[in-house]
Amino acid sequence: MRLRSIPLSAWVGIAGIAIALICAIFAPWLAPHGESEIVGDIWAPMGGDFLLGTDNLGRDLLSRLIYGARTTIFVALAATVLSFSLGMLLSFIAAVTGGLVDQLFSRFNDLMMAIPTLIFALVVLAVLPQQLWILILVMAVLDSTRVYRIGRAVALDVAVMEFVEAARLRGEGTGWIIFREILPNTLSPLLAEFGLRFAFSILFLSTLSFLGLGIQPPAADWGGMVKDNKDGIIFGISAALVPGAAIAILTICVNLVVDWLMKRTSSLKGGRGDA
Amino acid sequence: MTGGGSTRDPAATMAGVAGSDPQLSVAAGTDASKGNQSLNTATSNDQGALSPWGKFVRKSPLAALILQRLALSVALLFAVSIMIFGGVEALPGDFATTYLGQSATPQAVANIRKDLGLDQPATTRYFQWLGGALQGDFGNSWASRNSVSEQIGKRLGNSLFLAFFAAIISIPLAIGLGMLAVQFRDRLVDKVINVISLAAISLPEFFVGYLLILFFAVQMGVATFPATVYDSMGLTERLSAIALPTATLVLVVLAHMMRMTRAAILNVMSSAYVETAELKGLSGLRIIARHAAPNAVAPVINVVALNLAYLVVGVVVVEVVFVYPGMGQYMVDAVTVRDMPVVQACGLIFAAFYIFLNMVADILAIVANPRLRHPR
Repeated sequence: MRLRSIPLSAWVGIAGIAIALICAIFAPWLAPHGESEIVGDIWAPMGGDFLLGTDNLGRDLLSRLIYGARTTIFVALAATVLSFSLGMLLSFIAAVTGGLVDQLFSRFNDLMMAIPTLIFALVVLAVLPQQLWILILVMAVLDSTRVYRIGRAVALDVAVMEFVEAARLRGEGTGWIIFREILPNTLSPLLAEFGLRFAFSILFLSTLSFLGLGIQPPAADWGGMVKDNKDGIIFGISAALVPGAAIAILTICVNLVVDWLMKRTSSLKGGRGDA
Repeated sequence: MTGGGSTRDPAATMAGVAGSDPQLSVAAGTDASKGNQSLNTATSNDQGALSPWGKFVRKSPLAALILQRLALSVALLFAVSIMIFGGVEALPGDFATTYLGQSATPQAVANIRKDLGLDQPATTRYFQWLGGALQGDFGNSWASRNSVSEQIGKRLGNSLFLAFFAAIISIPLAIGLGMLAVQFRDRLVDKVINVISLAAISLPEFFVGYLLILFFAVQMGVATFPATVYDSMGLTERLSAIALPTATLVLVVLAHMMRMTRAAILNVMSSAYVETAELKGLSGLRIIARHAAPNAVAPVINVVALNLAYLVVGVVVVEVVFVYPGMGQYMVDAVTVRDMPVVQACGLIFAAFYIFLNMVADILAIVANPRLRHPR
């Protein structure tokens, strides 16, 4: 792959993701103030001492935005990685084993998908205690149904190929077939899917936090920051829009990269182009 | 992966793909293909003794497929009700203990549990709950002790009102823009639409909502916020109150629906018979009207139904943003105070709408597929 063949839109996306990652990793060094440190008046305007102004309690919005990147990206990434591992493992097992296991997994998956994700999450989170690992787990399990569906479709295509047949005849076990035969050959379409799920995770986490069911205060998190500052909107104070814009920009950047990856994989396969 | 860079509601994307591309058919396709298989076995094996169902399948395969799909939806809804009820039961955390907090003596906990009927076995309560739900009675709220059905009766109408107007604005707009994008494929118009819709898909609903509030309600003062509606309101007043929430919903759904429409039409346009028609020298309009459109109707209807299903769920966040008295707001409030009867009732109703619209999408796909219409 030559660097020059990457389109401009993808470069914009990569740059945006890189900035967000740098903010997340180096948050304590980059942020001018502490995460929950009250530094000034309530809803101070942009500019002056505070680049983006202050929030509903007088905390520096820029600092919270930088710390929020850490929480948001970490939780979304953890949930995506977990949902991917779970979804892919189950879907590959289903595709390789076939028969009853496949039927059982797939029908259960259909059932899970019959309930809209957000509604399912609301019902489950109403019962479970509000803890970070539970939130990640719920997000991951709900999202893994989507991964399972795509993973199974892709793996079924590969599972009938000659080299898999050869491996079976060689007497390799299910584990070998999943990890050494199928996984390497499905990685490229699944990479684009990973990006898509990650973007969805960011939006989903932000929505949950916005509804007050995601990450709990005082930890900074972009969706929660919108919730904190939403009452200012009526007075024309745009503090709630800043974290909202951050969510939007990061998701757009991820989507731009995904868009390029998808076009690339579909042209590699000699597919129907951008259809 | 025809869905493009769509992040929102992947179920819709995948099912949309399934509707248009038989290779990936998992959701909409399974039922159709399963029906097909049983159809084949019925016609080939049962030459001698035909069961009544077999006869029926042979006589009117289309009706049989639709009946199968209906039965599947009912079964699915039943399973979902078990999941919503049973999931709540199986998960840890007890309302009585949470409710009492520090003062949770064993005696007080037992009293509350008895009060709410939690001391009965789960299966008994499930059937009581399901029986009540089927008759439209969802019990009483734990927090306010009011009837859940009464509240839902008022709020469901409000939510549907909002979703209905969002739908009648977004559907023609999405199909028109999708066709425009296909018409000017790979040219500037298409690229602009593509980039804008990609951005719109990535925006969280609450961001769009607050952006609209800041511009139209606060700075220009032309719209009202919060979007309160009450019973004595006239239709025009009501419509002006829901203008901003509707606009938010339209923006959110529009991009998604448009991208899926574009993909569905492009899929048809790249097929062999359209190429043949082009090579025959037919005019562009004639190809679209006579060859492409009849085949694109099914996937487009599918796209619309799936996005309506998303719309029903999308109202949750939008209602919270605009403080609109609908189902979504009710559910979110109930979740924060762990008011389980309300959460279960709302969850079941939302799931029922979702399942119903998905079923409509599948049935329309079956009806629109001429290959399933004639017995072989």
